[in-house]
Amino acid sequence: MPTLSDLSVGQEIGSTTIDISRADLVRYAGASGDFNPIHWNDRFAEQVGLPGVIAHGMFTMGAAVQLVTDWADNPAAVVDYQTRFTKPVVVENLDTGGATLGVTGVIGAIDEANSSVRVDLTVTAAGQKVLVKAQAVVRAW
Amino acid sequence: MSEQIGVNPQLAGRVYPAGEAYTVGREKIREFARAVKATHPAHFEVEAAKDLGYPDLIAPPTFAIIVAQRADAQLVEDPEAGIDFSRVVHADQRFVHHRPIVAGDQLVAELHVDQVRAMGGGAMITTRAEISTADGEKTATATSSILVRGEGQ
Repeated sequence: MPTLSDLSVGQEIGSTTIDISRADLVRYAGASGDFNPIHWNDRFAEQVGLPGVIAHGMFTMGAAVQLVTDWADNPAAVVDYQTRFTKPVVVENLDTGGATLGVTGVIGAIDEANSSVRVDLTVTAAGQKVLVKAQAVVRAW
Repeated sequence: MSEQIGVNPQLAGRVYPAGEAYTVGREKIREFARAVKATHPAHFEVEAAKDLGYPDLIAPPTFAIIVAQRADAQLVEDPEAGIDFSRVVHADQRFVHHRPIVAGDQLVAELHVDQVRAMGGGAMITTRAEISTADGEKTATATSSILVRGEGQ
């Protein structure tokens, strides 16, 4: 991570895209223990009023923060991470991947007293923001 | 009259005690890291974690959800809570790390029901899992709000 004095509010830390397939959702279900069928069963998802199978909110949250972890070059530096889940990420049943997340991070605040910065993430899928107030506080070591 | 909501408004303030400890395994950290498409070497190679000053593999920032959701299950499965899990939507999530979770940790979580608010015909429930080691060292605070949708929501 660059030193605090080299950073300024509004500065972009980077951006990335993340492809999501149905297999990714099955993998996340197994790794996390969240087997809610809305994340793998189209019929069930439609029965409960969703447009189709959707990604776990926690998958999206967990994948989006990798931009921050890689920028900080230390996963332990992320001391606080929060988001609201506003729109479902619909994942089509395609072999090639069923959805794509766009992730961009910008320095939202610098706290010199605590030697930390807040990174504000913009996370989109199909042209819509899917996370709101996605903020990670990174401590400079 | 709308259908009576199932969620018990008296839940707020309830505390579910820590259950059995969850042992954080190296392979679980690697598996979870792959599942969120994390590639940092400190999730996979012990030496890389040690280079950063930690005794073992470092868990990704959202790994604590495993322990938090096990604690949440006590609430969701409590017959007195009245929560229909098929109508639950995750509304927000926050993790505050008091120190990073590393392989070998034995974690327990005490679940606090901080707030229950009527929303339309349903309810928004905010819970806080205070995660610590079995020895009592504070590790993480995981705060979560779930919306239990009412009929027609």
